[in-house]
Amino acid sequence: MKLKNKFSLSFPSRSANESFARGSVAAFVAQLDPTLEEINDIKTSVSEAVTNCIVHAYKNEVGQIYIYCDIADDNTVRIKIRDKGCGIENIKQAMEPLFTTIGGERAGLGFAVMQSFSDNLKVNSKPGKGTTVTIFKKIMPRYTVNGKQ
Amino acid sequence: MSVTISSKGEVLYCSISGEIDHHTAAHLRKKIDDATETLMPSLLVLDFSGVTFMDSSGIGLVMGRYRNMSKLGGKVHIGNPTPTVYKLMTLSGIERIATIDPVENTESYR
Ligand SMILES: Nc1ncnc2c1ncn2[C@@H]1O[C@H](COP(=O)(O)OP(=O)(O)OP(=O)(O)O)[C@@H](O)[C@H]1O
Ligand SMILES: [Mg+2]
Repeated sequence: MKLKNKFSLSFPSRSANESFARGSVAAFVAQLDPTLEEINDIKTSVSEAVTNCIVHAYKNEVGQIYIYCDIADDNTVRIKIRDKGCGIENIKQAMEPLFTTIGGERAGLGFAVMQSFSDNLKVNSKPGKGTTVTIFKKIMPRYTVNGKQ
Repeated sequence: MSVTISSKGEVLYCSISGEIDHHTAAHLRKKIDDATETLMPSLLVLDFSGVTFMDSSGIGLVMGRYRNMSKLGGKVHIGNPTPTVYKLMTLSGIERIATIDPVENTESYR
């Protein structure tokens, strides 16, 4: 699949950057003329992944978060969110709804939300090395004339 | 993000506006909990009509307030979420612990 466009970004794991991160991806995706619902799905998924880097990966430190995003020919947006933090021991368990390693105010729903708000979700992780979450979301054409966009 | 708090009788009414994420939730939590502790309401209304964005931190916020209100023997109502916020609430199953009211109902509490 040929790429139409791409960008990358990195920033320290400070919670003030959560809105910056989702806002940046949303601004980039805006070139595809997404619906409000599509843009909100993307913002929510990015917010979940970035928050996980801040509260889990770099729990007791400030580390760097890397976002890479591209748009394929068929208008599929791919967003990779990577950290070099603690990693995940058991990915399958981590992705189960309501599973959380921090009780209290965390619902354990981040991965469930990313899964339901995207078309496809991939999680790669190595304990001690870090985690990469890849979110895929196809933006549907808004206007079609004779079957063509 | 901001929260406007008022109370009438047994009802504590918190009108939230702006974006709820992990960064902003801490401030919201403190404001709501301080008022809850002081006023000991039997009903906590969280008016979401002004919330423009929310991730699972918002669900965590409601769950935490539900736990606090349960200790007081009280309840939590969520007022008028926008469609985007409602989508996340439905997914999370939050309706099992908090009633979601349209705004016409919650307005009467003020
Ligand atoms: N980037 C990461 N690095 C290390 N551990 C992670 C990372 N992302 C998720 N996890 C682990 O996976 C678990 C589940 O994540 P998920 O986002 O589903 O829930 P949560 O973050 O605990 O709660 P919520 O997202 O509802 O606030 C986390 O509790 C954490 O243990
Ligand atoms: Mg999470």
